[in-house]
Amino acid sequence: MKFEPVIGLEVHAQLLTDSKLFCGCSTKFGSEPNTQVDPICLGMPGVLPVLNRKAVEYAIKMALAVECEVNRKSVFARKNYFYPDLPKGYQISQYTEPIAERGCLEIEVDGVKKTIGITRIHMEEDAGKLLHGEGPEDAGFSFVDLNRTGVPLIEIVSEPDIRSADEAQAYLKALRDILIYLGICNGNMEEGSFRCDANVSVRPVGAEKFGTRAELKNMNSFKFVKEAIDYEIQRQIDLIESGGKVVQETRLFDSAKGITASMRSKEEAHDYRYLPDPDLLPLMVSDELVSEVRSTLPELPRAKRERFVTEYAIPAYDAGVLTASRDLAGYYEQVVSETGEPKLSSNWIMGELLRLLNEEGRDVKDCPIPPSGVADIIKMVKGGQISGKMAKEVFEEMYRTKKAAADIVKAKGLTQISDEGELAKIVEEIVNANPDNVAKFKAGKTNVIGFFVGEIMKATKGKANPGVINKLLKEKLEA
Amino acid sequence: MSIDKKDVLKVANLARLALTDSEIELYTSQLQRILGYVEKLSELDTTGVEPTTYTVPLKTAFREDRVKESLSREDALWNAPDEDRGCFKVPQIIE
Repeated sequence: MKFEPVIGLEVHAQLLTDSKLFCGCSTKFGSEPNTQVDPICLGMPGVLPVLNRKAVEYAIKMALAVECEVNRKSVFARKNYFYPDLPKGYQISQYTEPIAERGCLEIEVDGVKKTIGITRIHMEEDAGKLLHGEGPEDAGFSFVDLNRTGVPLIEIVSEPDIRSADEAQAYLKALRDILIYLGICNGNMEEGSFRCDANVSVRPVGAEKFGTRAELKNMNSFKFVKEAIDYEIQRQIDLIESGGKVVQETRLFDSAKGITASMRSKEEAHDYRYLPDPDLLPLMVSDELVSEVRSTLPELPRAKRERFVTEYAIPAYDAGVLTASRDLAGYYEQVVSETGEPKLSSNWIMGELLRLLNEEGRDVKDCPIPPSGVADIIKMVKGGQISGKMAKEVFEEMYRTKKAAADIVKAKGLTQISDEGELAKIVEEIVNANPDNVAKFKAGKTNVIGFFVGEIMKATKGKANPGVINKLLKEKLEA
Repeated sequence: MSIDKKDVLKVANLARLALTDSEIELYTSQLQRILGYVEKLSELDTTGVEPTTYTVPLKTAFREDRVKESLSREDALWNAPDEDRGCFKVPQIIE
């Protein structure tokens, strides 16, 4: 029997606010444990949560970016359960009335486009972090750091529209790109500011009913998401084919072994007893707020990619690389506006610039060469002042020293000789000094032209303009 | 709707409460009476009436995204039954 997987993803994205969702504690990552907590996020009695306006704006921003309907009224609910990372004994989330619903996101896998439905986006607070000690005296204990407790999250729930691990990966990447473009989440999977759970089931091809699903957790990189889903699909197919049954459960991905394993926890059906949080009024979103947020939406990755292809006539591949981040795309557009050379600019940025930046793991934001610097080099090559080879040298020097292109060219004496009169003299000398090679050329061995070019380059210390020499040589030799 | 001993035990378990036999008896009858009282509401016809979860006619209260000072770690951990290296120390949950 042939099976097809059915996958839905739940993505948690930490919002880049300065303070927490319901209190003024800092959201800074990596501080000393329990230094960013106050009576509200610690769940002390008698406190009142007050909603962070910016978090709401960010949630609306994401909702609009993925074409969701923003609900004018949504309700915060308490999700009750006991866990040491949850000091109140409940998480404030949204349940029956989330802030946004019914959106979609277009993805592309191997050139095939597909739209994945987004069921809902809701707001909630993050839980704390459980740490596990290394020492023998730490065995049997967990250590709780509540700095993360109350940090604002949005949870983005997809429809079960995804049919392969590759599609899941493409969906996640597209979602993450948008969040980063919007500047509302840093998308860091290792630090956990962008997390993904996957609901995976399989069914015979053609069947309408979904199979029993397993929920996969603990996949903190795109690679692991793919590995975990691929493994889980095969595990379920093998299980069914050998007469077994998939059970509904949570499974953790073990990246060292590349497998998913059932999370051993007390067998208890979840009963979260959601109730509207009596401490918080319904969240009323006005039309004004929605249009205010809409007016701040930047051009999104897909639109930008498509515009780059049509406006600059560069290959889709280039457009994809250049729009990978908003900063890089902006950098490129500045270079193009100064040079009027879309493809050359793309070549320099994708080739030299990204190579140097990647070597150091540096972001384009911290690039030592400003866009005008790259533009200067491109203009010099175009104008014949320096050769392509020299340009690369200048570029590296510029990257290291931050000096202006013109100053480097001057200091290194790199100016290319393009003057025909000056070069003609050198061509003449070299040709006259090598009569045997001239004879070979005349006898039809035209590839000796390479020898002449080499000699001229030697004589000019590589400064001769190759185009001009080739032209002059041919004229001289064919005369 | 009627409440029996099983319901009381379930709720007690979810709330991590240990009850004695006499307490179970007591709460079963008390909860039964409370629910019976609330049940009275269903005598009313509420067709077409929006559910009222909040009775106060207030608009959403927002705060600006500004960081305020947190508690000192000493204060934060003051009531912790056990602490270690700046953390709350608890029995391990997952093996």
